[in-house]
Amino acid sequence: MTLRPLPASAPRVGATGIIAALLEQRTGQQLAANRAWRLDATLKPLLRERGLADFDALVGALLGARDPNLADAVVEALLNQETSFFRDAGVLEQVVEAASSMASEGGRPRIWSAGCSAGQEPLSLAMLFAERGGPMPDIQATDVSGAALARARSGRYSQFEVQRGLPIRRLMQWFDPVGEDWVGKPELVDRIRYRRQNLASDPVLPGKFDVILCRNVLLYFGGPTRARVLDALACALRPGGMLVLGAGETVIGQTDRLEPSRQWRGFYAISDRPRRYA
Amino acid sequence: MKSCLVVDDSKVIRKVARHILEGLSFEVREAADGREALDACLASPPDVVLLDWNMPVMSGMDFLRALREASLSAKPKVVFCTTENGIAYIRAAIEAGADEYVMKPFDRETLQSKLQIVGMA
Ligand SMILES: C[S@@+](CC[C@H](N)C(=O)[O-])C[C@H]1O[C@@H](n2cnc3c(N)ncnc32)[C@H](O)[C@@H]1O
Ligand SMILES: [Mg+2]
Repeated sequence: MTLRPLPASAPRVGATGIIAALLEQRTGQQLAANRAWRLDATLKPLLRERGLADFDALVGALLGARDPNLADAVVEALLNQETSFFRDAGVLEQVVEAASSMASEGGRPRIWSAGCSAGQEPLSLAMLFAERGGPMPDIQATDVSGAALARARSGRYSQFEVQRGLPIRRLMQWFDPVGEDWVGKPELVDRIRYRRQNLASDPVLPGKFDVILCRNVLLYFGGPTRARVLDALACALRPGGMLVLGAGETVIGQTDRLEPSRQWRGFYAISDRPRRYA
Repeated sequence: MKSCLVVDDSKVIRKVARHILEGLSFEVREAADGREALDACLASPPDVVLLDWNMPVMSGMDFLRALREASLSAKPKVVFCTTENGIAYIRAAIEAGADEYVMKPFDRETLQSKLQIVGMA
């Protein structure tokens, strides 16, 4: 692999700085200095598994490029994939209402869960749409992490995961027990189209979606990357479409192409008059 | 402050649950079997009952049926919390009027999530 010069944001401390640069190069995610303490715990299993003594040995192995999967494994280990079923449930219910009312006549609502982690977000939406009745949506879900997508496609969750946010009646209706785990029924899991996509570098489908959810993904992007991704997400919305961010995230001050929706609280709509083109 | 009655024949589980619940700002009472729990509810119904299944004297299921028939001033939410993790048990519990179901082992996040779902946290 080739390593470009460190971004200015990377902590300039030897091996840690190089690992941070790798993560940012691959995903746009910045290993903020205040999270560096987690690096040790996060990478320890990987170091042990590969028989590497410390970060210096790891960086040596990365630069030596003998193991083509090593860089991927480091990036996977560093991504924060924290999620749960029905995270901010009220927001998801509002997404289902908004998308159903916006879908072009007779058409299916088109939804994109960007940064879907192991699939809890798109599955929660699919359950809500199914329970609501009406046209079933087309749900696309993407993530940069191959490991997260593999888990999402399997539809298989641990007992702990199904007890985060998922009401017991929905567990009974939509999942089957398999060993210690629970597997989403095919009629639920097969409704989602999973695809690998890097928000920081891959192109988007223009003008396609009624609602895009990109929740708790942009937090650790650097400012310029975040602005670029928000512009790309705006471009992927159809006219009248909405972008939904995580609780406490905003577009304000990041892009002119989106503005708070007047109709749906907490959602963002394509701006009528982007200042930059005025 | 919301109140929770922890019903379990295991002293250790009651202690763990109490610790978590107090951390979530619940006022906690304990009962070691269904009979004790029913007496406690009749005396003063809690907002929510965290309920083990297998207990001596009166099981969680018998307690739940009795509770749903009793005329109380307020109707507590009931969250089963048990190692009986099979779907037959879960369905039976829901049918008998349980509001939620925690499969042991549980941790703080699990309890908090389930209490949120029943509108208690
Ligand atoms: C904290 S999780 C949030 C999951 C879900 N949206 C939620 O709110 O619960 C963030 C996810 O974004 C993914 N991610 C990070 N950088 C990404 C990028 N450049 N492109 C696509 N996905 C990315 C991570 O792999 C992770 O699964
Ligand atoms: Mg017991």
